[in-house]
Amino acid sequence: MLPYIARRLLYAIPTLIGVTFVVFISVRLIPGDPAVAIAGERATPQLIEQVRQELGLDEPLLTQYGRFLVRLVQGDLGTSLRTRLPVAPEVWRRLGQTLLLASASLLLASAVGMFLGIVSATRPYSLWDNAGMVVALLGVSTPVFWLGLMLILFFSVELPKTLGLSQPIFPPTGSGTWRHLVMPAVTLAAYSTGIIARMTRSAMLDVVGHDYIRTARAKGLSERVITYRHALRNALVPVITVQGLQFGTLLGGAVLTESVFAWPGLGRYLVDAIFLRDYPVVQAAILVIAIGFILINLIVDLLYGLVDPRIRYG
Amino acid sequence: MANDVRSFIDHAPAAALGRGTVRAVLTRFARRPAALLGLLIVALFLAIALLAPYISPYDANEADFFSARQGPSDAHLLGTDELGRDVLSRLLHGSRISLRIGLIAVAIGVGAGVPLGLVAGYYGRGVDNVIMRLVDIMLSFPSILLAIGLVAILGPGLNNAIIAVGVVAIPVYIRLVRASVLGIKEMEFVAAARAAGASDARIMLVHVLPQCISPILVQSSLQIASAILSAAGLGFLGLGAPADVPEWGTMLANGRQYVFSAPHLTMFPGLAIMLVVMGFNLLGDGLRDALDPRMRGR
Repeated sequence: MLPYIARRLLYAIPTLIGVTFVVFISVRLIPGDPAVAIAGERATPQLIEQVRQELGLDEPLLTQYGRFLVRLVQGDLGTSLRTRLPVAPEVWRRLGQTLLLASASLLLASAVGMFLGIVSATRPYSLWDNAGMVVALLGVSTPVFWLGLMLILFFSVELPKTLGLSQPIFPPTGSGTWRHLVMPAVTLAAYSTGIIARMTRSAMLDVVGHDYIRTARAKGLSERVITYRHALRNALVPVITVQGLQFGTLLGGAVLTESVFAWPGLGRYLVDAIFLRDYPVVQAAILVIAIGFILINLIVDLLYGLVDPRIRYG
Repeated sequence: MANDVRSFIDHAPAAALGRGTVRAVLTRFARRPAALLGLLIVALFLAIALLAPYISPYDANEADFFSARQGPSDAHLLGTDELGRDVLSRLLHGSRISLRIGLIAVAIGVGAGVPLGLVAGYYGRGVDNVIMRLVDIMLSFPSILLAIGLVAILGPGLNNAIIAVGVVAIPVYIRLVRASVLGIKEMEFVAAARAAGASDARIMLVHVLPQCISPILVQSSLQIASAILSAAGLGFLGLGAPADVPEWGTMLANGRQYVFSAPHLTMFPGLAIMLVVMGFNLLGDGLRDALDPRMRGR
């Protein structure tokens, strides 16, 4: 297992370097003088000069990138142009909130998605199968921001009104308690639930055609044991891949969900920063999410090795 | 003799998309009610987009402050917005924008992704390595985040949002086409074409590319759905079309502050997005099942 882990870690390094370079270079691709763009059109010449020096724009590009990397490794993500405070502490604090939201959504999407997928695959072309796949289709087709607003409308306004309650069932905005987490997590989970359900169904259908399932059935094993111990276990590799990819999608989708529910995460921070043209914050938020995505993919690759030993030695 | 061989080779790949095959594909497609429903929704969407100026009951931009934020009624079937504009007319006009987003985004994805995928898959080695590392980097960003990042650089606006959503599609097509080419280039008709002296460009365009059409077609239907959804998301965040343009995501964002007093302002644009996205998803799934019988029921 160790050589496999080492190999995967080595593969991730070029991608990590590439991603940092792309994010680094993109801020310098802003049309016109980046220092003016970053400091704002109405900035004083002193501020523009200060930004230029902070970014080291007068130095060769590779030197600039080298410094950027060194600072990054030290955990320095730059200084916000708006608050003049270091970006890193705020990013870490908000990353925690985004990870909480994304993890809750992934758990929910995995549980519901795999359940729907298994139910559909064990009764293919039945009413259950069709119903499950309609739910999955709705999940992948519904705009998350719209679903969030509709949930707010239903659980915070209409349903309490109908039941004669004075408080919303789930608070529409904010964070802090599990009740605050319910609607954002459900909203964010919808798309991934659909994807995981479809992948589970497809992977299970692929597996049930194999000889060892026929053998298991011939041995007289119960359908339950065949489904969960024989079929599902072998169908897990593609399902885990999708779950890993979905975690990245959830990190991205969190941008929209956080906007709807005023969730104090990294996504909301990023969108606010775009409007304020606070580029160091934009750069830091995108970089942290992208690095998180790469690390998650790495973890998924390592999990493959655990689930399916064939991959480890392949 | 050489000419005969060349003529045979030129026609060999085309046989894969010959008349008989097309009929079989259409038959398989028509047997699936979900696929037909998708086709119906997409056809309806296209018809509405084309006919919007003729079938809209009101001018989509005509404000009437005295009848602002009214719920659905006989005069305004889907109600009026915060400026008293007819929601139905704006939704009908918005379909043109969604169609434009979907088509241009896919054109960007196909236009850049297909040639790069062909070259990467066909030449392999160094070229493949360079292109695929770039793809890895692009795919290291969650797609909506990549689109948001691009809009942050290009500046908010509908055109930039479309470009961003299109660029996000490029690595998807590169991977797809490359994977197809890797299998196709080992086939005998490619070897025969090479033996007959066809150039690399000719082999790629005339022999290999037609074999990749099916996956490209399927992906494009799904990609239009994804582009419309992403662009609406950018619109919702205020990074897409300006507030006066009847883009569905932007309409939803405008209506958001009245979600409690006038929920129809958010409900209908959201339903429109969901319906169209579902249509293209169903169509894409149906095409995949019909074009690749091995994938049936998956």
